[in-house]
Amino acid sequence: MSTKVSMTVNGRKVSADVEPRTLLVQYLREHLGLTGTHVGCDTTQCGCCAIHLNGEAVKSCTILAVQCEGADVVTIEGLASPDGELHPMQKAFWEHHGLQCGFCTPGMVMVACDIARRKPDADEATIRHGLEGNICRCTGYQHIVEAVHSGIQAMNQGKR
Amino acid sequence: MYAFNYHRPKSTDEAAKLVAEAEDGKLIAGGMTLLPSMKLRLAAPSDIVDLAAVEGLRGITVSGKTVTIGAMTRHVDVQTSAEVKKAIPALAALAGGIGDPSVRNRGTIGGSVANADPAADYPAAVLGLNATVETTKRKIAADDFFTGLFETALEPGEIIKAIHFPVPDAAAYEKFPQPASGFAMVGAFVARFGKDVRVAITGAKDHVFRVPDMEKALAAKFSGDAIAEIKLPDDDMMSDIHCSADYRAHLVTVMAKRAAAKAAG
Ligand SMILES: Cc1cc2nc3c(=O)[nH]c(=O)nc-3n(C[C@H](O)[C@H](O)[C@H](O)COP(=O)(O)OP(=O)(O)OC[C@H]3O[C@@H](n4cnc5c(N)ncnc54)[C@H](O)[C@@H]3O)c2cc1C
Ligand code: FES
Ligand code: FES
Repeated sequence: MSTKVSMTVNGRKVSADVEPRTLLVQYLREHLGLTGTHVGCDTTQCGCCAIHLNGEAVKSCTILAVQCEGADVVTIEGLASPDGELHPMQKAFWEHHGLQCGFCTPGMVMVACDIARRKPDADEATIRHGLEGNICRCTGYQHIVEAVHSGIQAMNQGKR
Repeated sequence: MYAFNYHRPKSTDEAAKLVAEAEDGKLIAGGMTLLPSMKLRLAAPSDIVDLAAVEGLRGITVSGKTVTIGAMTRHVDVQTSAEVKKAIPALAALAGGIGDPSVRNRGTIGGSVANADPAADYPAAVLGLNATVETTKRKIAADDFFTGLFETALEPGEIIKAIHFPVPDAAAYEKFPQPASGFAMVGAFVARFGKDVRVAITGAKDHVFRVPDMEKALAAKFSGDAIAEIKLPDDDMMSDIHCSADYRAHLVTVMAKRAAAKAAG
């Protein structure tokens, strides 16, 4: 049995008939072709799949597409400007070497933007706590924390 | 994940009916426990009944000496609520220590309490603060609610509507988190209401429990030192790769002592 679901993804209205067991991440990757959102675990712990649901970071591997009826979803593909200019948080990851293999990066960036929204004056400890649900197997986190700190400052200065 | 039917009722009556009529119906709240267990095929309900659209299950109200939290209120809402921070700061802090921010943006108090994971945080606050669990059928005292490993007094189809927390004179929660998940290896909630003290421990046994010896000692002298020498036997403590039973028994004393010291200010 499939169910109709409609939502907004990166500003675009989309709807589809999906099986209720379709996870949001499967809907994004397999139906919409938005493969920037990654899957790194089976246990809701790694955060590679983080997206924004109605403006807040959630793990898209642990929510059904049908639960997102009417919701506003933003994925990593939705952050940069249409002309390709990167979002300040993406730029900060680039400038501060906040990634190596890049597998965790989409989730890191989405959660980092959520930290910026909630805590525009976040210090290092706040950033580290804010990233507790995101696992990186390459960087050792130091450069990620620096990138997030710089990205938050850029966002505060209204660079979007 | 196995296939299932999905329902999105508007009232608790309708939700209870859908669960009752299904072959194996399950409520879903934040899904932060149910969906991971379905993904691992540890749970395979025939029907999922989503509480998201049910009215009146969300929100926080403070009246007199009681804080009432709707079942569908998320961990992040309790963590950041100015009213909870003012009335029961220990409860806001406990909510802010659950899992990680993305989990707190979905997980709910009703789901956590109904699930009764032996290592969950909220059960310690419910029992430590002598809260009342209000359901679609009745009001259940915390002392009667948690009955075993993932077991509660809830009957099939009974839905938690809200939890009523009495406001204590002082309270604190301290946990030793499992580093990967954040769940409590051992967590201790200490609360003082006038001369009465309650101590609730989570993470150590198959379900949350009180420690009468510590409560008596703290009623006589409300300080961390008063319970520093009270040790619990380890024969019914949980033992796993993260923590042996005798280490858990040791942590019970340490966490309770820290919580008491913090509550005593
Ligand atoms: C990575 C990760 C880390 C976590 N860390 C912690 C932690 O540190 N501490 C902690 O305590 N928890 C932790 N959790 C669990 C989290 O707090 C869950 O949100 C919570 O246990 C379940 O709440 P939920 O709203 O997500 O419930 P769901 O998963 O939707 O439901 C759980 C169960 O409760 C039932 N249920 C839900 N709502 C009701 C209701 N109103 N009435 C009756 N039954 C109901 C459901 O049928 C289901 O059986 C973690 C989870 C994850 C994924
Ligand atoms: S894939 Fe979602 S948390 Fe790991
Ligand atoms: S950059 Fe490789 S996992 Fe983080």
